[in-house]
Amino acid sequence: MRLTCPLCGERDLREFTYRGAALARPEGEAWGDDWHDYIHLRDNPAGESREYWAHSTGCAAVLLVTRDTRTHEVLGSALAKGGGA
Amino acid sequence: MRFSGLRVLKEGLTGNRGWGPHWRDPAPKPAYDIVIIGGGGHGLATAFYLAKEHGLRNVAVLEKGYLGGGNVGRNTTIVRANYFLPGNSEFYSHSLKLWEGLEQELNYNVMHSQRGLINLFHSDGQRDAAARRGNAMINQGDDAELLDREGVRRLLPYLDYDQGRFPIYGGLYHRRGGTARHDAVAWGFARGASDRGVDLIQNCEVTGIDVEGGQVTGVQTSRGAIRARKVAIVTAGRSGQVAAMAGMRLPIESHILQAFVTEGLKPVLDNVVTFGMGHFYISQSDKGGLVFGGDLDMYPSYAQRGNLPTAEHVMEAGMALMPMIGKARVLRSWGGIMDMTPDGSPIIDRTDIGGLYLDCGWCYGGFKAVPGSGYALAHLLATDRPHDSATGFRLDRFRDGVGLMDEEGTGAQHNLH
Repeated sequence: MRLTCPLCGERDLREFTYRGAALARPEGEAWGDDWHDYIHLRDNPAGESREYWAHSTGCAAVLLVTRDTRTHEVLGSALAKGGGA
Repeated sequence: MRFSGLRVLKEGLTGNRGWGPHWRDPAPKPAYDIVIIGGGGHGLATAFYLAKEHGLRNVAVLEKGYLGGGNVGRNTTIVRANYFLPGNSEFYSHSLKLWEGLEQELNYNVMHSQRGLINLFHSDGQRDAAARRGNAMINQGDDAELLDREGVRRLLPYLDYDQGRFPIYGGLYHRRGGTARHDAVAWGFARGASDRGVDLIQNCEVTGIDVEGGQVTGVQTSRGAIRARKVAIVTAGRSGQVAAMAGMRLPIESHILQAFVTEGLKPVLDNVVTFGMGHFYISQSDKGGLVFGGDLDMYPSYAQRGNLPTAEHVMEAGMALMPMIGKARVLRSWGGIMDMTPDGSPIIDRTDIGGLYLDCGWCYGGFKAVPGSGYALAHLLATDRPHDSATGFRLDRFRDGVGLMDEEGTGAQHNLH
């Protein structure tokens, strides 16, 4: 599996760190079901998955990657501006 | 059919013509009291204990593929009870006691071998943590011994004691830890359940869960509809997809964990050795292969195979710890789908849907839990109360934050375990 950083090009998987499912962050700071959903619950898709990856040993950009979890095929990647989701 | 030494001798002398199938192959009935989704280790153990401990025999196990074809046939077979936190500690302690009587109970050779497990440590701080863990294990009634460097050297003379990055300070020795023959565990529970009247239905994929008025009423399958008063989801890495059939989202991400086995060698490794700092652990199977693995690849996957960076990392860690294995040739590698929870501990609980139960979240440690999990889930299904050994495995601990069991102390969030 190789990932493409929009700033650096296609790079080895070892340069990247998975940062979790790309989900919308809840408004407000009070604990409730919305935060529970955001932090704990997952669709956990077998198929197309939208997720954040950090180009941690490269340019440090955070990417929004679309990937097939059944095959590891990378379907697209872009800079995760403004939180993605 | 009972197994015995005499029987093996008789069959051996008469051409092995007397052996029959180990379990029945029934067609699904239209209705059962209890349907268990998933014919892996945990599902089969649940069926066995439902029949044996609770006399509930109107039970079906529905398996999409073949019995034991999932993680119970894809793991590295380690059995241990060296957990630290209340909630986990009593559960794994109970499970290990079940392991110790399992072969007699099942009349099946699961090749349970208590060859001892050594967790290495590499600093003063880690020694303190190992001592504390060992004391917790002893307080739970299990065994633990703190070995110094020379103690480890006597047991494991082949380690590299000169390496500078992670010098070996000692190890926590758990004598009752060991390994078992993974497939035989599934087969033994399957046979025991089938003999007691449980229907084990293979090639039967659940495609829907029927819920009416907040109460489960049955399942839709590739072999027709089956009604049930109670349904248990015991599908490990696929728990998310199955729970979604009932409209649920789970606190689970499915990740890939790789494992490796070498060609068969003469006995060189007497114990199970774990090298946590390097992300490496190893044992030697009775057939001679070195069975080893490391950490997760650390991204979600259903591919049942990993990528090369993790394979390389595991090999490097192995070579750093025990250079003697460097010339062994790796025969094969594979991956399992791990149902990872935020705190790294499992779930055995009811759900918000009446009659629907969950047994999942075993992360990368489900094999040793097979008897304990089956026992606890059977108790929950039969009595609607959690078994004493599994009261901590609540589904709602993530929502309210009470009773989280984070053995590693890294936080109850995904991707930290």
